[in-house]
Amino acid sequence: MTWIATRLRRLAPQLIALALVVVAITLIAPGFAHVTFQNGRLYGSPMDVLVRAAPVALLSIGMTLVIATKGIDLSVGATIAITGAVAASMVAAGHPLAVVILAALGVGLLCGVWNGLLVGLIDIQPIIATLILMVAGRGIAQLITEGVILTFNRPAFAFLGSGAFLGVPMPVILWVLTGLAIGLLVRVSALGLLIEAVGINRRASMMIGIRARFLIVFVYAAAGLCAAIAGLIVTADIKGADANNAGLWLELDAILAVVIGGTALSGGRFSISASLIGALIIQALNTGILISGWPPEFNLIIKAVVIIVILALQSPVVANSLAAAARVRADLKEPRRSRT
Amino acid sequence: MSARAPLIRARNLPFAATVVIFLAAYAFCVAQFPNMLSTRVAGNLLTDNAFLGIAAVGMTFVILSGGIDLSIGSVIAFTSVFVAVLVRAGVHPAAAFALALAVSTLFGAAMGLMIHGLSMPPFVVTLAGMFLARGAAFLISTESVPISHPFLDQLTGLYYLLPGKGRLTFLGLLMLGVFLLGSLVAGRTRFGANVYALGGGIQSAELMGVPIRRTTIQLYALSGFLAGLAGLAYTLYTSAGYSLATVGVELDAIAAVVVGGTLLTGGSGLVAGTFFGLMIQGLIQTYIVFDGTLSSWWTKIVVGLLLFLFIVLRRVILLFHERTGRSTDQRAFAGG
Amino acid sequence: MTREALLESRGISKSFFGIRALANVDFEVRAGEIHALLGENGAGKSTLVKILTGAYRRDAGTIALEGRPVSPRDVGEAQDLGIGTVYQEVNLLENLTVAENLYLGRQPRRFGLIDRRRMEREAKALLAGYGLHLDVGESLSHYSVAVRQIIAIARAADLSGKVLFLDEPTASLDAREVDLVFGILRELRSRGLGIVIITHFLDQVYAIADRVTVLRNGERVGCRAIADLPKRDLIGMMLGRELDEETHHRAEISAEAAHAPAPIRFRDFGKRGSVAPFDLDARPGEVVGIAGLLGSGRSETAFLLFGIDRADSGHLEIDGREVPLASPPEAVKLGFGFCPEDRKTDGIIADLSVRENIILALQARRGWAKPLSPREQAEIARKYIRALDIRPPVAERPIKFLSGGNQQKVILARWLATDPRFLILDEPTRGIDIGAHAEIIRLIEQLCAEGMALVVISSELEELVAYSHRVVVLSDRRHVRELRGAEISTQSIMAAMAADPEESAA
Repeated sequence: MTWIATRLRRLAPQLIALALVVVAITLIAPGFAHVTFQNGRLYGSPMDVLVRAAPVALLSIGMTLVIATKGIDLSVGATIAITGAVAASMVAAGHPLAVVILAALGVGLLCGVWNGLLVGLIDIQPIIATLILMVAGRGIAQLITEGVILTFNRPAFAFLGSGAFLGVPMPVILWVLTGLAIGLLVRVSALGLLIEAVGINRRASMMIGIRARFLIVFVYAAAGLCAAIAGLIVTADIKGADANNAGLWLELDAILAVVIGGTALSGGRFSISASLIGALIIQALNTGILISGWPPEFNLIIKAVVIIVILALQSPVVANSLAAAARVRADLKEPRRSRT
Repeated sequence: MSARAPLIRARNLPFAATVVIFLAAYAFCVAQFPNMLSTRVAGNLLTDNAFLGIAAVGMTFVILSGGIDLSIGSVIAFTSVFVAVLVRAGVHPAAAFALALAVSTLFGAAMGLMIHGLSMPPFVVTLAGMFLARGAAFLISTESVPISHPFLDQLTGLYYLLPGKGRLTFLGLLMLGVFLLGSLVAGRTRFGANVYALGGGIQSAELMGVPIRRTTIQLYALSGFLAGLAGLAYTLYTSAGYSLATVGVELDAIAAVVVGGTLLTGGSGLVAGTFFGLMIQGLIQTYIVFDGTLSSWWTKIVVGLLLFLFIVLRRVILLFHERTGRSTDQRAFAGG
Repeated sequence: MTREALLESRGISKSFFGIRALANVDFEVRAGEIHALLGENGAGKSTLVKILTGAYRRDAGTIALEGRPVSPRDVGEAQDLGIGTVYQEVNLLENLTVAENLYLGRQPRRFGLIDRRRMEREAKALLAGYGLHLDVGESLSHYSVAVRQIIAIARAADLSGKVLFLDEPTASLDAREVDLVFGILRELRSRGLGIVIITHFLDQVYAIADRVTVLRNGERVGCRAIADLPKRDLIGMMLGRELDEETHHRAEISAEAAHAPAPIRFRDFGKRGSVAPFDLDARPGEVVGIAGLLGSGRSETAFLLFGIDRADSGHLEIDGREVPLASPPEAVKLGFGFCPEDRKTDGIIADLSVRENIILALQARRGWAKPLSPREQAEIARKYIRALDIRPPVAERPIKFLSGGNQQKVILARWLATDPRFLILDEPTRGIDIGAHAEIIRLIEQLCAEGMALVVISSELEELVAYSHRVVVLSDRRHVRELRGAEISTQSIMAAMAADPEESAA
């Protein structure tokens, strides 16, 4: 029970923010909260939010782990394009579905491992290391699709994007399952704790005997894998691969979702579920603006304002002035000689 | 310890590498297509890359200081729409230009103020700026706004005829001028020296008396100004303002800067290097056009490869320094 | 020696959050002298320097420069008055050229533009004045640390020109480079500057300083001319002990145990530029104390023993077999543990809870795939919170909110949870209150009695004498002496520290 209470306390700001957004939209557009069940699946704006949030939600899962290690991955949008291109070209060539999915996941993993090796092994700054794939990735994707928008007609594959299971759309199932799987993996094993330790104090972590390099490669690999799943959904949804636009700028939305989720860009404590709620908040805003009849142009401005407010609250200056009183008290209690 | 300067100083090695790559690439292109050795191609190279080049000069300063500016693509789009709408509303283009430049400069200064004042990473502040500027552009107009005005025609009609029928257009000249001035500011003013100092380490720079706050604000104001100027160049180039235009131009600019031999973590590089970085990108595109069978996406892949090459080259130079010049940190960390 | 003081401060006091850092300290520098400012960690040296150079404001006291009272509000103002500083972490910018570093912020200009040619010419001339001829247009990073140090000194002297504070100017230089820097300092002394150097190399103090001021615990112990001060007296001043004071040595180890081959044997272990090759044996139930002044290679030895720094000579034998040791994970696998000196940066994971900090080393050794269950974690945390009396006894509180002494106990608990056979403690009692201090010493004795092998590094000699079975004395990055049993006393340790390196190495 205390465990649930702790979880709720951690997620409270995000849940409240999501609730506020939903209430605000419902007030402006009363039809928003309406959900119906037709033709064996759920319909309505809330379902729409859950479905459309899928790519960003998936990216935010891997991005959370990367940011927890004090890193950042700019290349996940390009990875979506690459895996989408691989999947679409293989589907078009008539390969079996299982092979297609495995190949796409493998390619995503490879992209992630590449980033992980640059960051973890060669010690290149994350933002720089992942920039390489961000720039080259779309070129590679176009190389695979040979520059055209590859389309295909394979209902079994399209099911991933537009199908439903027990009334729930497939994209929703996929991001929820991925979130659960990776969340459980890192929290049931010791990975989560070790990742947090490395993100908070890499030097001390190494002195404890934690293999930081391995963990860093792992988180980027996870980010690549999540991007691959997102790539599959995007491709299945439009029944084709658009190397130019698939996943474009989604890395920024994913970073935003993680930041809204309260995982600091300076690394450390992370919460995948909070990032997922962050992704939902972003999508709810998008959908809300759309259906409330406001011009969609406001979307970006609202996003910018949200970033500025959240980051200002997290900024060291504001945080320091908030924590100053507490620190003075702690220092008074602890007789600490200043080091020469 | 010799007091004589060697032919190429170690600090200029990445720049030299860029120039060598550019010359080799040009030689390769000419060997394949002798027609590429013409003032016409050279003139087009300058004109077509003018707006990107102007923005890349601003990006060079920001990166030299150890920062980054993700907002320039959006600022270019905003400026172009802003100017186009003003001109259509009957404002004289010159006045519209001045107003647009003032807005973009202020916008940059505001971002610099936030970066310094809230000690927030430039990456996120300029990311917010990117959304904000793009959103503002959308608010003005989501349609492409074509414009025509005698003043604009006059500007675009200006050119200097090079021997061999090449045209050095107004835009090309403008970009060359910005590069020249940028080089001068970076290399020969105290502001420029302070920017390099910032890139070497904010704390050390502060200890050495560099005015951090003023320099940071001026720096992002400069980047905003140049993004605005790039927006004007883009408007002249396309004779229209379009809020969806120049998405991702910041990436091309960053690539030009890094391929130009500037260290992405700041403190080392040359504005002139960015020019060659830009020209290498332009050359790849021109080659692809001449070839006819190659596809445009090779540009991105080759630029990505070059990025990788330069990042690794920098890493190797750094490791080499750590090996030869003895490390200050005796406890250099070996574990992992 | 009746020359007037160039910079004179009287009764300087400073507290941080109610903790006294300096109490009523007098300090003076004369023109044309090199004055060494000495003291162990926490003595107040850097606080004093920061007050005199304008980085901190004093709470009380006066400062006079050439007889006129001054009160620099920041480093720049002190600089303009003529008081310059060269910090330990060389405060230059490696990415700029030599000339740019020398003239940053005051570049010669022509028509509003920096006159690079003139700047480089002047830089060249400035450095030539110190006998240094180099390409001033090359990046600073191109040059050795010694050259950078000289350039930093030249910049500070050129900017300020009356009093120069140098914080550890020779910390990472070899003997030849030290001579180079000292040559520059003598040159500046002959030009009439007052030079203050902070250093922990006593031999260098004797080589270059005219007078020395010693601080301890924020108070001035004394100011003496170096010519009349034997090295042992100087060490006594720094460590706060009279030489005739006797500390009782308690620890004993049975004769047969002492002569049995040690299960953990480091042979010829060393790393160039860090610590000269040394031998070290560790036996169960034995505490090996490591003594040495700051900078003598104490922590460097610990880093080698735990595989944080990779040894470039020698090997490690465990139970008669040679085993590799190249990283902390390998050390942990061998059953080693290490509590570092710098608790804040190397020890605690600030945002994690006490429980997580305690189980982290054990978890790292088990690997990520074999997690400790929440119940196991809670049990381990409870056990050690009780055993070490960690306060407050709340397992879920982030460790950053604990006092220094309790943080230290958590880090000890972290290693005890791995059930180590060999534990290295670097300054385990620094910066913690008296109560926790006594508890940690009791714990060391208890662990030893339970059969653990320990290496304890400490600058508290009495402590070392009390619990060590053997004491290894370090000086100048070398293990110079090993004292055993009845030989161990504060005097013998200080004598070994003071001995000439050549003599004691024999």
